[in-house]
Amino acid sequence: MRALLVIVLLLGGCGEVWNDPYPASELGKNILYSVFPDRPKHLDPAQSYASDEATFTRQIYEPPLQYHYLKRPYELIPLTAVEIPRPRLVEKNGVTYSVYDIRIKPGIKFQPHPGFVPANLGLNPQTTKNLKSPYDLPLGTRELTADDYIYQIKRLAHPQLHSPIFGLMAEYIVGLKEYAEVLKAAVKPGEWLDLRAHALEGVSRVDQHTYRVTLKGPYPQFVYWLAMPFFAPMPWEAEKFFHQPGMAEKNFTLDWWPVGTGAFMLSENDPNARMVLARNPHFRGEPYPSEGEPGDAARGLLADAGKTMPFLDKAVYTREKEAIPLWNKFLQGYYDLSGIGSDSFDQAVRISMDGEAGLSPEMEARGIRLDTTIAPTIFYLGVNWLDPVVGGNSERARKLRQAIAIAVDWEEYLSIFANGRGVPSHSPVAPGIFGYRDGVPGMNPVTHEWKEGKAHRRPIEAAKKLLAEAGYPDGRDAKTGQPLVLYLDTTSRGPGDKAVIDWWRKQFAKISVQFEPRQTDWNRFQEKLRKGSTQLFIVGWSADYPDPENFMFLLHGPQSRARHQGENAANYVNPEFDVLFERMRNMPNGPERQRIIDRMNEIFRRDAPWIGGFHPKNFALFQSWLGNAKVNEISDNKLKYLKVDAASREALRRQWNRPVVWPLLILFLLLAISVIPAVRSYRRRERMAARPASSQPT
Amino acid sequence: MLAYIVRRLLYAIPILIGVNLLTFLLFFVVNTPDDMARMQLGAKRVTPEAVEKWKAERGYDLPLVWNSAAASLFDKAGKTIFAQKSAKLFVFEFGYSEDKRDIASEIRERMWPSLALAVPVFLVGLAVCVTFALLMAFFRATYLDLWGVVLCVAMMSVSTLFYIIGGQYIASKTWHLVPISGYATGFDAFRFLVLPVVIGVISGIGASSRWYRTLFLEEMGRDYVRTARAKGLSETVVMFRHVLKNAMIPILTGAVVVIPLLFLGSLLSESFFGIPGLGSYTIDAIQSQDYAVVRAMVFLGSVFYIIGLILTDISYTLVDPRIRLE
Repeated sequence: MRALLVIVLLLGGCGEVWNDPYPASELGKNILYSVFPDRPKHLDPAQSYASDEATFTRQIYEPPLQYHYLKRPYELIPLTAVEIPRPRLVEKNGVTYSVYDIRIKPGIKFQPHPGFVPANLGLNPQTTKNLKSPYDLPLGTRELTADDYIYQIKRLAHPQLHSPIFGLMAEYIVGLKEYAEVLKAAVKPGEWLDLRAHALEGVSRVDQHTYRVTLKGPYPQFVYWLAMPFFAPMPWEAEKFFHQPGMAEKNFTLDWWPVGTGAFMLSENDPNARMVLARNPHFRGEPYPSEGEPGDAARGLLADAGKTMPFLDKAVYTREKEAIPLWNKFLQGYYDLSGIGSDSFDQAVRISMDGEAGLSPEMEARGIRLDTTIAPTIFYLGVNWLDPVVGGNSERARKLRQAIAIAVDWEEYLSIFANGRGVPSHSPVAPGIFGYRDGVPGMNPVTHEWKEGKAHRRPIEAAKKLLAEAGYPDGRDAKTGQPLVLYLDTTSRGPGDKAVIDWWRKQFAKISVQFEPRQTDWNRFQEKLRKGSTQLFIVGWSADYPDPENFMFLLHGPQSRARHQGENAANYVNPEFDVLFERMRNMPNGPERQRIIDRMNEIFRRDAPWIGGFHPKNFALFQSWLGNAKVNEISDNKLKYLKVDAASREALRRQWNRPVVWPLLILFLLLAISVIPAVRSYRRRERMAARPASSQPT
Repeated sequence: MLAYIVRRLLYAIPILIGVNLLTFLLFFVVNTPDDMARMQLGAKRVTPEAVEKWKAERGYDLPLVWNSAAASLFDKAGKTIFAQKSAKLFVFEFGYSEDKRDIASEIRERMWPSLALAVPVFLVGLAVCVTFALLMAFFRATYLDLWGVVLCVAMMSVSTLFYIIGGQYIASKTWHLVPISGYATGFDAFRFLVLPVVIGVISGIGASSRWYRTLFLEEMGRDYVRTARAKGLSETVVMFRHVLKNAMIPILTGAVVVIPLLFLGSLLSESFFGIPGLGSYTIDAIQSQDYAVVRAMVFLGSVFYIIGLILTDISYTLVDPRIRLE
């Protein structure tokens, strides 16, 4: 009982609630609480590309441009740049170049960092060894200049970094490919390579706050890349600081300790448990947007229009690897926002008769808000164009693909396996992106027909007819009489796969085609795609930027995965499509570009290199005390816009988490009662004069 | 005894080489260096050149176990991924993980949360199980013993995952007594460790108590117990002074072998309770195909296991004077 008292006292020391996972010193503070499921691999802007890394990098690094927080479709606006740069087309020796002059705002300062103190650039190893954090050293800052942006672009070609966009940028930025060779020759193991000593032809300084980037040919999508951390500034001092002896052994690297000019800086970095972003004291401040899309004002998203951001002092990210603790802590008020896992979907969401998603009464009672948005992502059932049965340009194969496209009911798939969280795709371009069409013009007439104001999947008889025309009446080869067997390559994810596989079998059975799944691990699956040895496969793509080019290139012949190791996993080739793509990619948005996209969609629907797919719909839940929250699927730089009502949060946490002690007391009472027969039995035994033979152990 | 320990340590060298080779083969049967590179470089826009560059930088461009292109026999065996990656392990130089973090420093950092969870589970679990088993043995052939065994079998039959999820649901979600998951350092860690420790102890009661009960009953049938009873000692004295002392020999030696392994943490509990220990480190490494970390953790596990076995042998001589290590 004494032990119980000690435990109760220790737990009681945490305040009125016992299950609060945060220290008492944070009570009532202006802090946002969120999660990260996987430890980020890279926080260096030259290397970081994954969405979970963007949770941190987008708050710290400031590329020249950003996306408007509220407006949809997504709109580029300046961040550190003075305006959106417009390219000048220059002809030189018969070659066209695009020249971008990027002017940045003066007076922007970097976050406090030890690299800006000259004495810290020559540390002795013993000092480094004793450091717990790089921020234990004296900190300094300096003004952001054009040189910092130039330095970062040079880093994309650094031989010791693996920038995922180096290959792409080397095709456009003049001299970048050759620059990589120069750096390769200049780099010495263990030594810091000062990129300032090596000039890059296509990137130059115009003045202290202006730099120039020269691209080969027109590349209108370049401005979208200017909104990504790949093009954020990097001070050379930071790179030099982290290259000192002993830094890597302490895990003090640029990949783990980012340096930026953004509203927040990484103040605590324990990727195993907790990462903390604290307000950058040198941040210049930025006004909250005063415009949004219709409905934003009604949702209170314009209430802070014009106010200086950021609103938060700190954001604490806790690592949660498992979905159950994450969801329960959100319900207890310990996380301010959350997604919805399939396990908790029914608890959180109610789907109305007309298919609209709304909150469950339990969530409504807690004041939780729901925001849904269709992601600029596509998951599709791809066909390997190199496969002799389903691939290729023949009329037979085309009709076979069209028949399957009708039979595979993606609406049903979404309803069964995704709780209705998604919309079937009728073209590669996702909703919200230029080129996407709604209604009749946006419908795939091969697989659907328009009835009663909605697209309905064509009857299965239409699929059977196409199958017979393809030479497979009743699912059998008309020439040999052999049944048609199709193979779906997929990754194995566990026991839940059986239901999905059974569903796929049912889809093919509708047209009497035999179906064989070929499940494998992720590595082998990717290898098969690279070698072009699949038949049917399911993959997905999330857009880098909101432009149709970033979807249509997935079907561009020269991007074939098997032939050129590109992103065209289906290895689809259609000369007309490729010509149209080349024209469309460099055009500004407008009626002409829309007309070309429409034609490309027609070709896509007829050829059916993808047998349908869907665009996922993401659901986000926000606690009542979280303000200005809106999902932005393209750019996750939301932290500076968010605000919390800490007092309301504390009150609700107390209300939701009152400790229930009585079951513990009952438990101890029961234990105490259960001891009684044991004590009685013990006493009886002790009083026994002689032991009966029957009770001897055997 | 010193000669014995030295001999055992020398035996450990071929064992460790074998374990290392087996880990290497199992890992590379499933993952190729190309797979590792692609996993680290991400899913988008990965060029074959980037993959080759990644491999070359980390020495994964060498042949796996035999370099037929090399000139000398030494180089044929030495200039391979296996030799290059394994040799340094024997001087406990673990190198860097594939995301370029120092493995030794990670292990030093993450060892403490693992110990903070594993040591209380071990000690409290041992005390609880011995007490429970002793009670069952004391009340042998009564309803208390019968229901105790039934309870043990029932508890053995339930998966650890059920205990974890059930414990989180009841103690954290319904009764709001402790945080569901998380970790803090210092005294604040107590709040986060109460539930995983309690669950760790409860989930181990069934199997351990049954085994210990068997050991106690076996001891109770021995001649010296009969002699003790014959000379008029009370049952309590017989149990606690004689039976417990002698039955503790197999219990303690069984426990000593796991002591070094406590450093490696618990794979499941650490993941579910958000404890940043070595168990979750190993799981993460397996999931992200980080061979450097997997290799280091398996090697460390083997070393600890060998140390555990040597300690067990030594502990025999301490608890049983009849045993001498030659």
